[in-house]
Amino acid sequence: MTATRTMTYAEAIREAMFQAMTADPRVFLMGEDVGIYGGAFGVTNDLYEKLGTDRIRDTTISELGIMGAGVGAALTGMRPIVEIQFSDFLCQAMDQVVNQAAKLHFMVGGQASVPLVIRAPGGSGTGAAAQHSQSLEAWFAHVPGLKVVMPSDATDAASLLLAALEDPNPVLILEHKLLYKQSFEVPEVFPKALLGQGRIVREGTDLTIVATSIEVQRASEAAELLAADGISAEVIDPRTIKPLDLPLILASVSKTGRVLLVQEAVKFNGFMSEVAAGIAESPAFGDLQAPIRRLCGLDTPIPYSPQLERASVPQVADIVREATALVKEW
Amino acid sequence: MVETPTAAEGLAILRTMWRIRLFEEAVEDLYGRGMMHGTMHLSIGEEAVPTGACLALKDGDQITSTHRGHGHCIAKGADLGRSMAELLAKDNGYCRGRGGSMHIADVATGNLGANGIVGGGLPIAAGAGLSNKLRGVDNVCLCFHGDGSVGEGAWHEALTLASMWDLPVVFVCENNQYGMSMPSKKAFKVENISDKAAGFGIPGETVDGNDVLAVREAVQRAVDRARRGEGPSFIEALTYRWRGALEVGQEPLPHQGRDPGLARPRPHRAMGRRDARHRACHP
Ligand SMILES: Cc1ncc(C[n+]2csc(CCOP(=O)(O)OP(=O)(O)O)c2C)c(N)n1
Ligand SMILES: [Mg+2]
Repeated sequence: MTATRTMTYAEAIREAMFQAMTADPRVFLMGEDVGIYGGAFGVTNDLYEKLGTDRIRDTTISELGIMGAGVGAALTGMRPIVEIQFSDFLCQAMDQVVNQAAKLHFMVGGQASVPLVIRAPGGSGTGAAAQHSQSLEAWFAHVPGLKVVMPSDATDAASLLLAALEDPNPVLILEHKLLYKQSFEVPEVFPKALLGQGRIVREGTDLTIVATSIEVQRASEAAELLAADGISAEVIDPRTIKPLDLPLILASVSKTGRVLLVQEAVKFNGFMSEVAAGIAESPAFGDLQAPIRRLCGLDTPIPYSPQLERASVPQVADIVREATALVKEW
Repeated sequence: MVETPTAAEGLAILRTMWRIRLFEEAVEDLYGRGMMHGTMHLSIGEEAVPTGACLALKDGDQITSTHRGHGHCIAKGADLGRSMAELLAKDNGYCRGRGGSMHIADVATGNLGANGIVGGGLPIAAGAGLSNKLRGVDNVCLCFHGDGSVGEGAWHEALTLASMWDLPVVFVCENNQYGMSMPSKKAFKVENISDKAAGFGIPGETVDGNDVLAVREAVQRAVDRARRGEGPSFIEALTYRWRGALEVGQEPLPHQGRDPGLARPRPHRAMGRRDARHRACHP
């Protein structure tokens, strides 16, 4: 047994950044209010005191500029981390992410690459309404050349960030703002992680629940409740949505014969549609005893009212209900 | 020369400023008691800018607003009850509880909406100006924006279009010295943000944003020019925000010591990082 300690998701990200920056002089961070303010969600906190304003760089409110500066620095030998204060503001930076960072390596025939790491918090639940609460992962996963990571706990947040920093190509890490302050048990040393490797969070036999980000936690809580009702749910966290660890999901589906796909993002054209298609196209399809079911955010901007906000994305009770129906009705 | 208002005008001006101040003090109180959630950006200390600026408008004129939009909304004529209902996420609020503080809008009075996106309102204002022009009406769109938005591409693109097409838009930059933790003096290496207007070939001017009559006078001139079809102007209003602030480590600035004339300034305390984290994000 390795020794463990308790830290928050935000602290784990901070420690991983500190670790990377002390080990590699090419790594630095740019973003809005990441310096003395400590980051809008306190992720950088006192890092600028430890590492200085050259490594922890406060920027103006210029997402496209910051992202482009990250691309340019990455092209020329640095390992920048760009923090976008809310993932919604990736919209401002879109040209540099999609048209530049993602494609440069290919377009120049491999002469150069863009080892850029982008960190941005997504998700709802803070009452910040429609322009500060989106889950846009599917947009980015649709772009060849980008990797998209969605860590659901502190260890993954740190380990996947370290893995992203070792990747020669751009990686977008979508953190979840509701997770930042949550505490987790983490090992003394962050384990090595691979981008593209999912994780079985909980083993089970009656159905498979594939979930991302905050929904991994909700699915785990739901699995606990389902167990009390005699239903054994296996919970899988793909961790990186691109590249996707489809074999892990298929093996589980073949074992349980039922699958519930849970994401906070809206259903239409969402990431879980891709997972559903992957299952449908595979031999695991033949092992299904029930139709594939998706449980996703409603097709609406995130409302301000706390009641409506909660109702627009899957909660624990919704997962329990859908999972129960899937097992009992089929 | 700044014109002296009549007693009745003076009373109306003061009443608007007090409506904004008291509304926001109530918001602060309700937020503190946990009755409001989400993000509340207060403009306490900045009331003279929207009050003075909106005095230059007539029916049919529009405004675009920002994440710090309660003052704009009230100065443009919004109903306090429906505004407060929105912030309390009620169905009888302006946006039926869907929008909240950052998206409050009152389209009937020409308030095209607050904006959660820094810089988001600028191109929209250019578009409203374009529409006024295409529809052949002499209305003007007043575009409130913060100093922080000057760093955004949207700011530059909106001014470029408005200038090229001589659009009836008045850009009012509320320079409260900070965009979150970034001092505007550090971000922009010009003496005045209004100096940038020259780069677009439009008039630019800096006024004391805590002097409601000075704001009214400058905006009136710009609005008149826009109505005559002579194109956009840029006005920088220097002001300072007393509360609802999260700046840390800030230096005292010239405008920090002044209030727009409402008698009881309670300076905000400079919050530490712990507070910042506690409040989740920049209320
Ligand atoms: C595109 C975008 N980037 C970042 C933010 C986060 N943010 C909200 S308010 C703010 C500061 C804005 O400063 P300024 O424009 O000066 O307005 P002030 O808050 O001072 O009134 C920031 C960075 C945002 N809402 N939108
Ligand atoms: Mg400002």
